[in-house]
Amino acid sequence: MTDFNLIPLLPEIFLSLVGMGLLIVGVSQGNVSTRVICWSSAAGFVITGLILLGIGWETQTVLNGMFVMDKFAGFMKLLILTGLVAAVGLSVRYIIQEGMERFEYPILIIFAGIGMMIMVSANNLLTLYMGLELQSLSLYVLAAFHRNSMRSSEAGIKYFVLGALSSGMLLFGMSLIYGFTGSVDFTTIGATVNNLSAIPFGLTFGLVFVLAGLAFKISAVPFHMWTPDVYQGAPTSVTALFAIVPKIAAFGLLMRLLFEPFMGMSEQWVQIIYFIAVASMVVGAFAAIAQGNIKRLLAYSSIGNMGYALMGLVAGTAEGAGAVVLYLTIYMIMTAGVFAVVLSMRRQGMAVYKIKDLSGLSQTNPGLAYPLAILMFSMSGIPPAAGFFGKLVVFNAAVASGYYILAVIGVLSSVVAAFYYLRVVKVMFFDEPADAFDGGLPFARRAILFISVLFVLGFVIKPNIFVSSSFDAASVLFQG
Amino acid sequence: MELLAVFLPLIAFAIAGLFGKKIGDKGCQFITCAAVIIAALSSISLFFNVAYGGTAYTTVLADWINSGDFHIKWALRIDTLSVVMMCVINIVSACVHVYSIGYMSHDEAKGRFMAYLSLFTFAMLMLVTSDNLLQLFFGWEGVGLASYLLIGFWNHKESANAAAQKAFIVNRVGDFGLALGMMAIFVIFGTIQFDAIFSQVPEMAETYFTFLGGEYHALTIIGLLLFIGAIGKSAQLGLHTWLPDAMEGPTPVSALIHAATMVTAGVFLVARMSPLYEFAPDALMVVTVVGATTAFVAATIGLTQFDIKRVIAYSTMSQLGYMFFALGVSAYGAAMFHLMTHAFFKALLFLGAGSVIHAMSDEQDMRKMGGIWKKIPITYGLMWVGSLALAGIPPFAGYFSKDIVLEAAWADGTWFGHYAYYMGIAAAFMTAFYSWRLLLMTFHGKPRASEKVMSHVHESPTVMLGPLVVLAAGALFAGMVFYQGFVGSAGHHGDDHGTAHVEAEHHGEEEHGDTHEPVVIHDEGAEVIHAAEDGEEEHHAEDFVLSKETFWNQSIQVLAANDTVEAAHNVPKWVKYLPLVMGLLGISLAYVFYMFRPNAPSVTVTSFKELHTLFYNKWFFDEIYHHVFTKTAFLLGLFFWKFGDKKIIDGYGPDGSASVSNKVANLMSRFQSGYVYQYAFMMMIAVIGLISWFVFKGSSAGGAL
Repeated sequence: MTDFNLIPLLPEIFLSLVGMGLLIVGVSQGNVSTRVICWSSAAGFVITGLILLGIGWETQTVLNGMFVMDKFAGFMKLLILTGLVAAVGLSVRYIIQEGMERFEYPILIIFAGIGMMIMVSANNLLTLYMGLELQSLSLYVLAAFHRNSMRSSEAGIKYFVLGALSSGMLLFGMSLIYGFTGSVDFTTIGATVNNLSAIPFGLTFGLVFVLAGLAFKISAVPFHMWTPDVYQGAPTSVTALFAIVPKIAAFGLLMRLLFEPFMGMSEQWVQIIYFIAVASMVVGAFAAIAQGNIKRLLAYSSIGNMGYALMGLVAGTAEGAGAVVLYLTIYMIMTAGVFAVVLSMRRQGMAVYKIKDLSGLSQTNPGLAYPLAILMFSMSGIPPAAGFFGKLVVFNAAVASGYYILAVIGVLSSVVAAFYYLRVVKVMFFDEPADAFDGGLPFARRAILFISVLFVLGFVIKPNIFVSSSFDAASVLFQG
Repeated sequence: MELLAVFLPLIAFAIAGLFGKKIGDKGCQFITCAAVIIAALSSISLFFNVAYGGTAYTTVLADWINSGDFHIKWALRIDTLSVVMMCVINIVSACVHVYSIGYMSHDEAKGRFMAYLSLFTFAMLMLVTSDNLLQLFFGWEGVGLASYLLIGFWNHKESANAAAQKAFIVNRVGDFGLALGMMAIFVIFGTIQFDAIFSQVPEMAETYFTFLGGEYHALTIIGLLLFIGAIGKSAQLGLHTWLPDAMEGPTPVSALIHAATMVTAGVFLVARMSPLYEFAPDALMVVTVVGATTAFVAATIGLTQFDIKRVIAYSTMSQLGYMFFALGVSAYGAAMFHLMTHAFFKALLFLGAGSVIHAMSDEQDMRKMGGIWKKIPITYGLMWVGSLALAGIPPFAGYFSKDIVLEAAWADGTWFGHYAYYMGIAAAFMTAFYSWRLLLMTFHGKPRASEKVMSHVHESPTVMLGPLVVLAAGALFAGMVFYQGFVGSAGHHGDDHGTAHVEAEHHGEEEHGDTHEPVVIHDEGAEVIHAAEDGEEEHHAEDFVLSKETFWNQSIQVLAANDTVEAAHNVPKWVKYLPLVMGLLGISLAYVFYMFRPNAPSVTVTSFKELHTLFYNKWFFDEIYHHVFTKTAFLLGLFFWKFGDKKIIDGYGPDGSASVSNKVANLMSRFQSGYVYQYAFMMMIAVIGLISWFVFKGSSAGGAL
């Protein structure tokens, strides 16, 4: 126990204490304290972020190699915490409006956050599983949080059942890996894999199962089926959370897993990821066309975006990994902005979700329409918006590694995808105005929307701030 | 000063175009007229500074394009050549603006019309003041656009729309050549800035392009490509068919665009590029032959037309032919001289014709006119002035410029120079003939219009006659006054051939003629000659030596050996007098035919039936083009549209992929059944599929199981 050093774990420990403390507050004060707890948890995330910045990011493993802290983990955790602050900020007014103002809501988000932070720091299959399950269980509950809504409950159940199935696959895959390598430790697995003269089928099967389990978490095709239903059914603030944060954690986990222990099997996993990436891009692009519900549309959009991000993994290079991190950063910020608008789609106190409901928004509420139009342009990858650069670096990485066909499919599917993004713009600007939305944009939403648009438009001015830090963070994965 | 001259019309266009509704028709008319008149006065002042003061300069306005080796600025190049053009443009434009107030008084959209006129003026000014080919091209396309808008101004008329499109499309052919020429220049010289090109021309004289296995002299190719642009814009034979149709536009438009300015852009282009053409003798030969043939063919057609505006239009084309063959024999100054005088008398003729048409209740057919000279005496008198100038009768402007053009052609001494001379002489005869045919048919004889029309015949208002008088002053004096500057020799003694140069001068403005200055000598023996510059002079200062060299001040450059304008001063007497004699003969013959022997025309027509048919049908250019190009293009277009575009491109392209996308989308959303067990099944299938893939691949690759 010589390495019993808890410093790298400080953020997680602190956040856990915050979560438990707020739980006590909630229990004793009841639901009236929800608003306070929400803002306290947001403050908790911010403080956690500050702690995270305070501890060193140099690579070190603790707890007998179960937990690793390095620049990559640090950067991803920072992203996750930012996303969580945004998600809480977006939620507060909404849960009050929807009458599901219960104190467990922010606390579940905190625990999900702890799980996600553990995921990106996992250096052991068991740590991985623990983080993942902590996250998932919190999210299952959140999906069903609107207890009075059939759809919300249905979404929760679906997510839970399918999530359990994917966890099963993940565990089965892990057991195979353990069986063939004799270890659950990433470092040992990596060494074993590298020393194998031929990769046994059993190990490949194990990897397939593990990847299937993780693909479920990032809603990649063909493990995406839950996404549209859950996105649609879950309360919109939860959907925003789903769309923004867990993807980043799951991607962090996936990248560490593939680039560290299983780098020696890249020949195998590239085939899987390649397939998943193509399928995600294509399904994300085409299926979204038929959607009339903006939440479903965003579900497919996130599926497609995961496809693009996966493309960076296929490249299998440090550039590719950096591109993925940058892509996720941009995606997260854009999505947060979009949800700020979607959450504001209310008429006479009722939330509305149809794309049709946006008709003529440019006239009835230009303050929402213009930012949303900018974000949609960015989503579809039109320069000079940030979304363009995200796609650019990913395509670049794929091309640099010789995956021309993949890049071409990516470009083509983003053309198709542009259709439904731009259709939203068209509906807002050129269709007959529908009734106006209820006014009053809460401060948090307004701030998030503003920051998001500012980022999307301003990215082009100083892209290097984000590009170099993303690439820097990802490069650690390739040092071992 | 140059900023005023160039940008005032743009500002006027912007105001009249954007706020036309607010400031009303009166406001539009006032603003555009005031702007163009001020611009005209500025150009005149510039003219004296630059042409007589010898101060050429370039004003840089802004950077335009900086890309790699390609640097372009917005700049105004103010030298004699451009100020001459600016004066012509602004003065004629000012006259036309004012005239339009009267002519368009019954029109609904006066503001729009005035705005277009100003837009045109600005674009034309950009063209002539350009410092590089791209800016020139900008102006070139700008005038094309304005021309399109103005020809089709009466857009309720089917024929006007068709004519506008025809003008635009035919011009595209020429513009294509111009664009290729620009690109070729960039390839060879690495720049399209005029000075930079010209300074490199002598070293590039022996450069060759290799194309499809052949070697071609680069400068000749460039010269020909640019000339194709000039053919289109200046309605030379081959691409001339749009010009007569363009007469569908209101008459002031015909006067401004299709007689005085835009159609001379081609002449200006070749003159501007004179340093390059001097090293491309083969290109010059083509220019000469095309110009001479145009002059002749257009004149033959002009003989037989009955529409008063079309007669003048063919006459314009013919006179442009003169200018081109003058360019072709290196007599750039003479060409510019003729361009300037022609601008005055042709604008005068057009506006006069407009006045007639106005008087005759919009009748344009000369067969339905006649016997109105007593009713509109001022118009009648002004038409005489214009016709005398056109026919080249001294002391009218056309006499001086046409003669120097013809003499230069003869003095060139080459076969094509002689060809041009004889074609020009024949055309001069026909010009005189059809001019008087026009005068006599329109104004004399028995009235052939209906009683009603005749009773309405009235002299035009002062606002229309005023500009005519200004132009008539130009048609009268511009030749005498500016002869010495534009084409005057610096004193030829015997064998000095060294350099002479052309200089032309132009600018007639309405102020009464200034005197011209005496000629002086110039040095001989220089290798490249430039146009000379002129001493400064104000109206009556007499002591310099004004000659074409001092006047042009290098804005036109001629090789010493090619200095035909200088040589033109030394041609045999008969060469000098033949044009005048032919002109007088033509006039007399017209009197015989249309005054004294009214049946002579029909007799002639019957006895030369074939020839008349050919001329009357404009040498069948339109018909040939229709069958060769239009029909083929139409059929091809139909094929590509019906089959290529609709079936293949749309079918498999946009429409096809869109409908496929929709189908795929619907299919995919059908997978989304909402049943958890199906989703789970899907996941299992996917995992099994992936594993099977590895098993299959692994076993076929002999991997270890």
